[in-house]
Amino acid sequence: MNFWETFYRNKLALTGSGIVLLLFFVSVFAPLIAPYDPGQIDLKNVLLPPSLDHWFGTDQLGRDVLSRMIWGARISLKVGFVATGVAIIIGTLLGAVAGYYGGWLDAGIMRFVDIMLCFPTFFLILAVIAFLEPSIWNIMIIIGLTGWMGVTRLVRADFISLRERDFVKAAKVIGAGDLRIIFIHILPNAMASILVAATLGIAGAILTESALSFLGIGVQPPTPSWGNILTAGKDNIDIAWWLSLYPGLAILITVVGYNLLGEGIRDSLDPRLKK
Amino acid sequence: MQPLLEIKDLVTVFNTQRGRINAVDGVSLSLPAGETLGIVGESGCGKTMLALSIMQLIPQNGSIEQGRIFFCGQDLLKLSPEEIRLRRGREIAMIFQEPMTSLNPVFRIGEQIAEAVRLHQNLSSKEARDVSIEQLREVGIPDPERRARDYPHQLSGGMRQRVMIAMAMSCHPKLLLADEPTTALDVTIQAQILDLISTLKEKNNMAVIFITHDLGIVAQTAKYVAVMYAGKIVENSWAERIFTNPVHPYTKGLIDSIPSCSIDPSKDRRKYLKTIPGSVPNLYNLPCGCRFRERCSVAFDQCLREEPPLIEIESGHFVSCWSAQGVGGKKI
Repeated sequence: MNFWETFYRNKLALTGSGIVLLLFFVSVFAPLIAPYDPGQIDLKNVLLPPSLDHWFGTDQLGRDVLSRMIWGARISLKVGFVATGVAIIIGTLLGAVAGYYGGWLDAGIMRFVDIMLCFPTFFLILAVIAFLEPSIWNIMIIIGLTGWMGVTRLVRADFISLRERDFVKAAKVIGAGDLRIIFIHILPNAMASILVAATLGIAGAILTESALSFLGIGVQPPTPSWGNILTAGKDNIDIAWWLSLYPGLAILITVVGYNLLGEGIRDSLDPRLKK
Repeated sequence: MQPLLEIKDLVTVFNTQRGRINAVDGVSLSLPAGETLGIVGESGCGKTMLALSIMQLIPQNGSIEQGRIFFCGQDLLKLSPEEIRLRRGREIAMIFQEPMTSLNPVFRIGEQIAEAVRLHQNLSSKEARDVSIEQLREVGIPDPERRARDYPHQLSGGMRQRVMIAMAMSCHPKLLLADEPTTALDVTIQAQILDLISTLKEKNNMAVIFITHDLGIVAQTAKYVAVMYAGKIVENSWAERIFTNPVHPYTKGLIDSIPSCSIDPSKDRRKYLKTIPGSVPNLYNLPCGCRFRERCSVAFDQCLREEPPLIEIESGHFVSCWSAQGVGGKKI
């Protein structure tokens, strides 16, 4: 049974990819879908409950919550991809080098991974942001810079097993150099697990960004993000439940979607689970 | 005439947690251009390590301790890693035992051959593709244009070994190291692959080293035979001489233990297959004296005292055995 057949039969994986695709669609077409300008302040209509005019209500400045969430989806998507991209690139490079060469290089890189894993990631990010301007690019890069260790371990493990395979020996025999063997021969064979790690990593990055924005050191107002809508929700939780509920649900559903997708890919690629 | 390949006193050692072993222990060989040498011996006797030493691709915990490997008059062990890399594939090629795993599963076979071509020749990708299709045709793959777009898992074992040969031949090497190229294949395919290698050898005037434990293959293909035992060459001569007049007790034992198809009519059951008693000595702890003596039926006291040197007992026939060299003594 091939990858797509297995994937297609996995209802949860299909649900996950549906959620992810919907998120993509909303982000790309945000200016067309959003019923209002997300930054448009309307002080006559603050904290309106959900109605036909404002499906998800309005916030303390009278801005439409639905529109802000649609634009916030862009931020989540961007953070998810850029942060995970940074983590995957660093993790793959270090893991490939450690796994392929072994020896002291491997030992050095893996000890560095252990050291990085000792820091509580979230507080490390908080500490770094305290020194930097909390712009969205800084946030994305820092999330990436603190999230590559798992990928390194994964890629290293794959490389250790792949480097002993006969096709690697065959590549050496035709005169291929180390770089060529690492990137052209071995890396494509390790792609499956990297892909799964990336999908699951995106969920983690979105969650971290939301948490940072909620604490006020992530994406800065007035740029809408699910996290900073939640912050406004927290201030008005006794009179405006819709400000907390909808962005919270959006984060939840998105993270669940990416996780389901990642697990679906993993299950479809794992030959032991195939029937 | 200068030989294409000349190995002098090669020692390849491995450092393991249990100690040091000499996988290749003082091997000397020479092979003229365009000829075939068969290296035979039991599993673990160092045949593959000898080939990998020529390629300088021995595993990380091993190293070439001493010796020289002259190829076209040049000492390969004195070249830089980069110079060696440029010779791999272009001048010395190698094929392996296991064609099922020797091809990269994520690339089309045409791309893999084209890669081997482009590593050594300055060709455009289109030209390299044409060369790869030509190579596939050369090794007898039907409909090569279509097959070049197949992935390895779409091919049978015999086909994959043909692809490996096509890859090895793509730069017309002067020497092909064939490490048990037919062990994983069934008998009819085996014959086809051997024929193919012989044909290509003739056509390209390429020297071949066949590494095998199957004496039948050696008899069929090789002009010279070297018998290896526990890291050393114990007998080395022309194939006819080895098969008609084996001198070393180990070679005799190997030839006697070839299974035969005949049924002895004088008895009502089949003959038992002869075997060599015992097993290969532990390389961590070699016996003193001759390393074969524990399994040898003619060993005597001299064999216990000293390791026999490899001596030319007649022109072109080298043997490492005290009794073959006419030394006598008390039987043990």
